[in-house]
Amino acid sequence: MTNGVEGAVVYMDNNATTRVAPEVVVAMQPYYSELYGNPSSMHTFGDKAGKAIVNARQQIASLLGAYPEEIIFTSCGTESDSTAILSALQSYPEKRHIVTTRVEHPAVKNLCEGMDKLTGHKHRLTQLPVSRDGMIDLAQYEASLDADTAIVSVMWANNETGVIFPVEEMAQIAKSRGILFHTDAVQAVGKIPINLSKTPIDFLSVSGHKLHAPKGIGVLYVRKGTPFVPFMIGGHQEKGRRGGTENVASIIALGLACELAQFNMDEENTRVRAMRDRLEKGLLELIPSSMLNGHQTERLPNTLNISFEYVEGEAILLHLDRFGICASSGSACTSGSLEPSHVLRAMGVPFTAAHGSIRFSLSIYNTEEEIDFILDKLPPVIDNLRSMSPFWESEHKGRVGRSGIHCGCNS
Amino acid sequence: MWDYTDKVKDHFLNPRNVGEIEKPDGVGEVGSLACGDALKLMLQVDDHGKIIDAKFKTFGCASAIASSSALTEMVKGLTLDEAAKITNEDIADYLGGLPKEKMHCSVMGREALEAAIANYRGVTLPMAEGEVVCECFGVTDLEIRRAVQESNLRTVEEVTNFTKAGGGCGNCHDRILELILETRKGTRIEEAAVQKPKRLTNIQKIKLIEDVLEREIRPALKKDGGDIELIDVDGDFVLVSLRGACVSCAASQTTLKEYVEKKLREQVLDTLIVEEEKS
Repeated sequence: MTNGVEGAVVYMDNNATTRVAPEVVVAMQPYYSELYGNPSSMHTFGDKAGKAIVNARQQIASLLGAYPEEIIFTSCGTESDSTAILSALQSYPEKRHIVTTRVEHPAVKNLCEGMDKLTGHKHRLTQLPVSRDGMIDLAQYEASLDADTAIVSVMWANNETGVIFPVEEMAQIAKSRGILFHTDAVQAVGKIPINLSKTPIDFLSVSGHKLHAPKGIGVLYVRKGTPFVPFMIGGHQEKGRRGGTENVASIIALGLACELAQFNMDEENTRVRAMRDRLEKGLLELIPSSMLNGHQTERLPNTLNISFEYVEGEAILLHLDRFGICASSGSACTSGSLEPSHVLRAMGVPFTAAHGSIRFSLSIYNTEEEIDFILDKLPPVIDNLRSMSPFWESEHKGRVGRSGIHCGCNS
Repeated sequence: MWDYTDKVKDHFLNPRNVGEIEKPDGVGEVGSLACGDALKLMLQVDDHGKIIDAKFKTFGCASAIASSSALTEMVKGLTLDEAAKITNEDIADYLGGLPKEKMHCSVMGREALEAAIANYRGVTLPMAEGEVVCECFGVTDLEIRRAVQESNLRTVEEVTNFTKAGGGCGNCHDRILELILETRKGTRIEEAAVQKPKRLTNIQKIKLIEDVLEREIRPALKKDGGDIELIDVDGDFVLVSLRGACVSCAASQTTLKEYVEKKLREQVLDTLIVEEEKS
């Protein structure tokens, strides 16, 4: 791999995972060495770890506008999602309707789609469609709710496009109907302001590695007074709401990462957003037949999902990788599936573009030089691949037809 | 990230014979934008039926581009009859193997070659006349039957890897399974498969494994400067050690699983699991 700017990797895949902040790495270390005690132990040594967890819980609550006792530590965002949704269904066993969207992360999508098999009970699942720019229709959402609805689970921001859903408004609507509301806020936390004291959201999922903490630590926020059934049964940890010895070092790391995120929120929404916008404008201007996927304004400040028609995403990524540029794609070939991203398909992105989608997701560690570097390297890559594509010259001709069979390219 | 061989990477990054022949004698076009990959193959044929030039244009991933590039290199200089014998396995082997999920890229190459030869000869390919089984990817029963037969496929997942059929909505899975059973029924392979599992003693098992290694696997690996040694057999676990060029080869795990394990399962016991001894 050829290295990017000044020999360093140009990492623009922060919606996949983030670098652990250097300050966070330092803060974690004592809990692997001199402060390795178990927070549940009845001695001062273990209590030092316990007190550090109390502080971390406060730091996380502060970022979310929540009370510390509303914070439950989990292993990841996926566990938080499962805990919230399964808890709601067990709290109201007479209700069998789940409302979610067609563009959820697999942690919610696959759980809800497989709920009947998992629980042995029949459920009704409503997966709300989205518009061409990835947005939900609130009227359609409201109409989908009924007396049988046990839980609404809607992501705060989409991991692929960055589109921000109006979850506060959606939670309000659910609340007025007496329905529990969960949001997978894994991509939103730390990037946009969140104040849970001002919304009736019942459950919210956080993942540490998306905001410069390590992998393997997550949070489930549970509003005070919300009925709750634990998912991980074990000891008395987390007040009996989540068994298992606490991942002390990672909890301390997440606490500090949340404090740093609060401190960096302005930069995320100004400097990072400006870099993202410059990258977006530059690529759309430099590369013909390219298009933005996702809402122009209601979008995370760090995320750009862009399609280059008539070329394939994996091929683009491998060429970028040679330059040390890390990004991701919604193409079929990168996922191991045979179909492009379910998010782009739900948005109605045509096949000409869906297979050639690239996601750049920035962080505060990115620089203007890196934006220049991508703007310099990517256009020739697209040109090269298009010169190889049978569709490029005969643009919009549609298909070459596998053995004469109609493939429904434009469907 | 896919575990691509150096040869796949080379053909992807430096594809040979990209472009078009001004007045091609045969053109084969397969795939579509919807399917995520497509190949247009053009052949120039002399008066003796020899392919004197081949060019391609491909929309697709690294495997699709590499398979197309490899194919053009393979066919140049062959007669049409010789080229017609090229299988998708030949294309994959030429590249030092492909991840199993990417085998359909080599199948696309073979289909394009068949289409180009048929186009040159002015005949229609029978594959298009079958019943469309997979609506998502437009795959016919004839294509599925052929893949099952030629590549000894046993599961829906394997059929998907080779033909894409069943890789979309999944509604055709039952029909694919029917086709697998129908195609394998009565074949030598199926007769062997329906027999009760062999009850082999450990000594018999080791002897059979050693026999397949000596007769088939080691000679193939030695061609590329590699080698393999049997270390131990523990139940279904076959512990081996790679030697020579295989030690530093990036695709060694693919070789172990997709070639060595597959061969041993075919010829010794279909429950065997090959693992590399970690020093």
